[in-house]
Amino acid sequence: MTGAPAPTPDRAVAPVPVANFGRPPSPSASAEWSRRHVLATSLRTVLGRAYPRIIGTAREPSWVFFEILLPFLTTSAFVFVYRALHAPGDYIGFVVLGGAMLAFWTNVIWSMGTQLYWEKDQGSLELYFCAPSDIMFVLLGMAFGGMIGTGTRAIVVLGAGTLLYGVTFSVHQWLLLIVVFLLTLAALYGLGMILASLFVLWGREAFHLTDFLQEPVYFVSGLNFPVGRLGLLGAFAVALIPLAVGLDAMRQLAFAGSDSFGTPQPAVEALILVVMVVVFVGLARVLMRALERRARQEGRLSARWQ
Amino acid sequence: MPATDFEHAIDVRAVRRVYKARPRDVVALEGVDLEVPAGEFFGLLGPNGAGKTTLIKILSTLLLPTSGQARVFGFDVATETRSIRRIMNMVAGGEHSGYGLLTVREQVWMFSQFYGLGVGEGWRRTDELLAALDLQDLQGRRVSALSTGQRQKMNMARGLLNDPWILFLDEPTLGLDVAAARTIRELVLRWRAAQPGRTVLLTTHYMAEADELCERIAIVDKGRILAIGSPAELKRRVQRESIFRLELDRLDGGPARLSGLPGVVRAVPAATDGAQASATEPRAPVLNLVLEDDAALGGVVGALGDLGSRIVALQKSEPSLEDVFVELVGRGFDDESADVDGRIGPRDGEPDPERDAERVS
Repeated sequence: MTGAPAPTPDRAVAPVPVANFGRPPSPSASAEWSRRHVLATSLRTVLGRAYPRIIGTAREPSWVFFEILLPFLTTSAFVFVYRALHAPGDYIGFVVLGGAMLAFWTNVIWSMGTQLYWEKDQGSLELYFCAPSDIMFVLLGMAFGGMIGTGTRAIVVLGAGTLLYGVTFSVHQWLLLIVVFLLTLAALYGLGMILASLFVLWGREAFHLTDFLQEPVYFVSGLNFPVGRLGLLGAFAVALIPLAVGLDAMRQLAFAGSDSFGTPQPAVEALILVVMVVVFVGLARVLMRALERRARQEGRLSARWQ
Repeated sequence: MPATDFEHAIDVRAVRRVYKARPRDVVALEGVDLEVPAGEFFGLLGPNGAGKTTLIKILSTLLLPTSGQARVFGFDVATETRSIRRIMNMVAGGEHSGYGLLTVREQVWMFSQFYGLGVGEGWRRTDELLAALDLQDLQGRRVSALSTGQRQKMNMARGLLNDPWILFLDEPTLGLDVAAARTIRELVLRWRAAQPGRTVLLTTHYMAEADELCERIAIVDKGRILAIGSPAELKRRVQRESIFRLELDRLDGGPARLSGLPGVVRAVPAATDGAQASATEPRAPVLNLVLEDDAALGGVVGALGDLGSRIVALQKSEPSLEDVFVELVGRGFDDESADVDGRIGPRDGEPDPERDAERVS
């Protein structure tokens, strides 16, 4: 008999102090949280959700092969093409920088955007929604964990590429470079949050969107060449795609004196990134709330195979 | 009176839930009314697709009712979700939540953070719960390496992290072996007994489990609550008739061949409580025979002889919750989900409102 009870034990079970943690005296008191408690829970949620992503970097060393060595082959191919064409030396640097940032974009679309689909498949999504913390902080935890894990990978790609291919950086504005880098990550992961919320609504149909965002964004973001070379298309990319504007600003700052190819100055691009961060994170929050309600109406939070 | 400020932990009024589906919508709940006092261990008992899980998902804020109103400790499930989520927790059978690369201890701690426990407090509470569930030896094992029973014990630890006022258990012993299922049941009983006011809502299709654990039970079928009462109260409903459990070597034509005999009220397949028939050794037909009185048994035995059936075992039964279900519904508990060959759950291609509705919605 599977799972059926053994002979009935004594119903008057002795009180054992299982999880008697001194909670408030009533349900209404337990449901009444101070702002400080809400804030603390939000921050702890970020920490809790970031934890498996950070710890996973150490526990699954296969990423060194799949997420550094394999993508590095693509980067290397562009390096060899530019060398064969006798392109200016800065172009080798553009490619290495693009290779490093590529890791973040891949992480955003596959480990942020699609993550809630997998969480639903495992049964974790309904637990996230059942928990008292805001789902946005679960997403933030995913983002921070992803940034830290992917940051490690990006640094390895940057370091290896620099050493192997003799890239020389020329940085005059270190502070702005760091700010632009952080803003780029914030905008990228804000976009990832929007994608994640769409997965709550669309389920696996949202994979089409993810596919759409992969190769075309690789192209218009100028991962391997200055985006200004794309003319009007490049201008649109700078205005709309965080990877494009962030990478272009970093390219101008890391290789000071190189041609801007008509794109805005780094400070202007930093402002574009600020706007993107506000819009993306704000939109993700609005979308997540609206889509959560719709998902509750349609029963989509726990339908695992959708 | 439990130490709560609400008379009812659960208050459900005329709740209806319809899933959009093709070719037609599926009504999973149809005008359900339910009151569960604070501090009660309450069970929803019914076959697969009865609407139990739909109701628990509505109460745990994962699903909205199509119409009607549901409150948990006074908080409306539609508009006061945040408040409900601060005082509840949920554990489902067959749950595979979390991350395989984490250890058991890390996984439980991770969830503690979502409930706002401090970092150190989370570790302490995790350790205490792992000890209560006898999981200390497994605390460093990766979640991906756990057996089903070990995983479910870990899930129970997660479910108690926030010391909820109400714990929703959705088929928590589904698929577990006898020992693991017993551990889960004993833990829930211990946890609830440790402090007044802790309310448990259990869904199960294991009748013996509901009988053992629950103070009151609602029998649910096809989205409706058919009866509510304590196990003893419900059983008294069918006390007036004689019930025999009859095991045969074969029964050509099925139980219907016996239903028309004089003095036979009903003959239905007996519930199997989750046992799976072996593919190579099909289960012998086991019937519950409801008679007007014992005297009708002679006629049944004679009729079985005429049908070429041999009686393998015959036992007079005390009323069970299954008998109550048969009395209420007019068919066996597992009739739609398991017949005498012991198969459980809707057959492929057969309707299961929750499953089918979710598939297309």
